[in-house]
Amino acid sequence: MEKQLERSAAVNPDLDRAIAARIDALLDERLEAKLAEIRAAKTPAMTIIATKGTLDWAYPPFILASTGAALGWDVSIFFTFYGLELLKKDLRTLKVSPLGNPAMPMKMPMGPEWFRAIRWNVPNAIQSLIPAYEAFATKMMQKTIRNKGVAPISELRALCLEAGVNLVGCQMTVDLFGYQPSDFIDEVKEYVGAATFLPMARDADVSLFI
Amino acid sequence: MNFDKELDARNLSCPLPILKTKKALNDLTSGQVLKIVATDPGSVKDMQAFANQTGHALLSHSEENKTYVFLMRKK
Repeated sequence: MEKQLERSAAVNPDLDRAIAARIDALLDERLEAKLAEIRAAKTPAMTIIATKGTLDWAYPPFILASTGAALGWDVSIFFTFYGLELLKKDLRTLKVSPLGNPAMPMKMPMGPEWFRAIRWNVPNAIQSLIPAYEAFATKMMQKTIRNKGVAPISELRALCLEAGVNLVGCQMTVDLFGYQPSDFIDEVKEYVGAATFLPMARDADVSLFI
Repeated sequence: MNFDKELDARNLSCPLPILKTKKALNDLTSGQVLKIVATDPGSVKDMQAFANQTGHALLSHSEENKTYVFLMRKK
């Protein structure tokens, strides 16, 4: 039977062409719908690399991760280098520095409107001479965050954990900076390397480096 | 319109209104309606995107004096 089919196809190029054309047409017709079906059935996944450990840069990874989880996505954050600071038990030590950070709007979160509107452009050379300038700037930033109803980092991190966001630490940086596992929250179950992160990122729909 | 639960998300900034909405929906059963009151102007677009992504139905949204009211029916 097979032999017969082969022979008839071989001797009938018109039939060959007709079959090929029909298959092409069916593919065009059904492929889109099939792909959409596959996309819809898959739970979206996001992987984030968090590399910064200052108060300002703590926000993007936790905002995106908690929102992704709220959308029903599988989310993992890989904390490496200074990003490991965001896994510490006490997040009140996070600071922000205006020094060498010309894009940071320096405005006062208190006083009358005209006073709040002033942008304090303090030259780097002077910033570096004022004692506790960084601590002051951090206090002002924390106050601004509270005033504007922005969640504190500790709350965003708790919401991430509650929503099942997977937090993993970079083993190499833990060793490099001499951290102890007890420095970090217990929810960090794994300390891994690049070879673990990359396959996760490969399967993710969204992968970000922050 | 009737609703089964109300969420006060006033004076909260992105992404808290969405996170609190998600949590509040967890307490409802399918078909029940959540009313959300927010003041974050970004929540108008974000609530629509949230509904599109998650399959919950955004039944309505309205604005009055910079306060935004949403009704969302749980999937």
